[in-house]
Amino acid sequence: MIKRLRPVKNCVISVALVILVWQVLFQVSRYDAALFPSPKMAFFALVEMVRSGELLQHIKTSMIRFAAGYLSAVLIAVVLGLILGRLPKLFQYINPAVQLLRPISPTAWMPFIVLLFGIGDVPAIAIIFIAAFFPVLLSTVAAVSNIDPIYLKVSKNYGITQPALTWKVIFPAAFPQIANGIHLALGTAWIFLVAGEMVGAQSGLGYAIIDARNNIRADILLATILVIGVIGILLDGLLRLIEKQVLKSWGGED
Amino acid sequence: MYIEVKGASKKYKQGGKDVVVLDSVSLDIEKGEFVCLLGPSGCGKSTLLNVLAGFERLESGSVAIEGAAVTAPSPKRITIFQNYGLLPWRSVLKNVQLGLEPQKLDRAEKIRIAQKYIDLVGLTGLEKQHPRQLSGGQQQRVSIARGLAVDPEVIFMDEPFGALDAITRMKLQDDILKISREEKKTIVFVTHDIEEAVFLADRIVVMMANPGRIKSIVKVPLGDHRDRTSEDFLYVRDKIFELFNLKADSYIEYYI
Repeated sequence: MIKRLRPVKNCVISVALVILVWQVLFQVSRYDAALFPSPKMAFFALVEMVRSGELLQHIKTSMIRFAAGYLSAVLIAVVLGLILGRLPKLFQYINPAVQLLRPISPTAWMPFIVLLFGIGDVPAIAIIFIAAFFPVLLSTVAAVSNIDPIYLKVSKNYGITQPALTWKVIFPAAFPQIANGIHLALGTAWIFLVAGEMVGAQSGLGYAIIDARNNIRADILLATILVIGVIGILLDGLLRLIEKQVLKSWGGED
Repeated sequence: MYIEVKGASKKYKQGGKDVVVLDSVSLDIEKGEFVCLLGPSGCGKSTLLNVLAGFERLESGSVAIEGAAVTAPSPKRITIFQNYGLLPWRSVLKNVQLGLEPQKLDRAEKIRIAQKYIDLVGLTGLEKQHPRQLSGGQQQRVSIARGLAVDPEVIFMDEPFGALDAITRMKLQDDILKISREEKKTIVFVTHDIEEAVFLADRIVVMMANPGRIKSIVKVPLGDHRDRTSEDFLYVRDKIFELFNLKADSYIEYYI
């Protein structure tokens, strides 16, 4: 029981430390409290946003965009990765293009996407898509080309042919490594959601930050930042839970 | 002849040099026979098995089973690997069902067949376990059950018990000998363990390395019930030992 509570204890101490440092900085800083608010002020701003229903609305908008961009990226990248992983000769020609596009920050695409689609849901979804797509694609291709050849040998021996080969053998064999990429992409995508909404949207958590700045409400701004952090942790935890469940059926972790 | 190998030759490049793994190997195997390919590493026994199973191609020579040239693996000829080749994300039952899935059978029938062979290899009660929860010996039993479930004509075994401890290995040897007699399969079994070969085989194909070739073929007239400590068994074993010693005689070296 005590052991199980240790992570909770660590968490409480860690958060307390952040608040303490913040409070100390607030005490010593010469900034106006409107520009550099105390933890207490940010907390009240949070309560205000929750009461007005504004926060929930922003979260909802952001989550829908996030789900649309992230899930479509994962789905398309995994399917493409499964195909390209089995066609190394084709991937030879595609890989240089991927390597060229991958290091470009998704935010760099932003002005272009806004020009094409205007302000709204699309730019945010597109930026999340770009952020999640490449890590998942590359980890899927690597996972498929790394699977133990004995699985393919056995499948061939037992007459397992495509498409059953892919979904019965190749996908499950590659899954642990694919899951790694999917997990990695979640964090990246969440980071770029905020960037996308700051530039290309009139709603959502990223927009809430810009809106607070325009109204010189640093307390709301900081409260929103905290909310973004907390949701990021929750999403990560949720994915970890799903991953654990799936890997359990993979057998072994008992 | 049921299985016919004629003038089988194959070489690999290794460090810029050609290594001849099979040098014009010819071999006939009868239906229902249990043949062991025995020899040191590099003698081409595993390569020959892979060629017979259709996983590798020859450079020259031919391999035919029932008169038809072997060009690809087939569910009629199942290979059992040393590292089992089980799918770790599937339960024992699902692993054994693997080969039944391409066939048009209903669910209940697949389960019935899989269960029959799980029982046959002595794993009753472990159907829901995953491979990682089983010992090496149990995993190899799952792989044998999976092979038997598709009712193959030939079973190729590539050092199947090589990764197991001595006691487990002997227990599995007992069982595979029994199964081979009951199920009447043709079995080609690769091993480097002389006692294993003498215990299991109707005929032992003794192979030598550099180049990979057949040194001699020894009949094992021991019948179906074999005793590792009987005089007949030890006699055959000694004969094989001699065959390997003969190789040493041709390169006489003195150690002082």
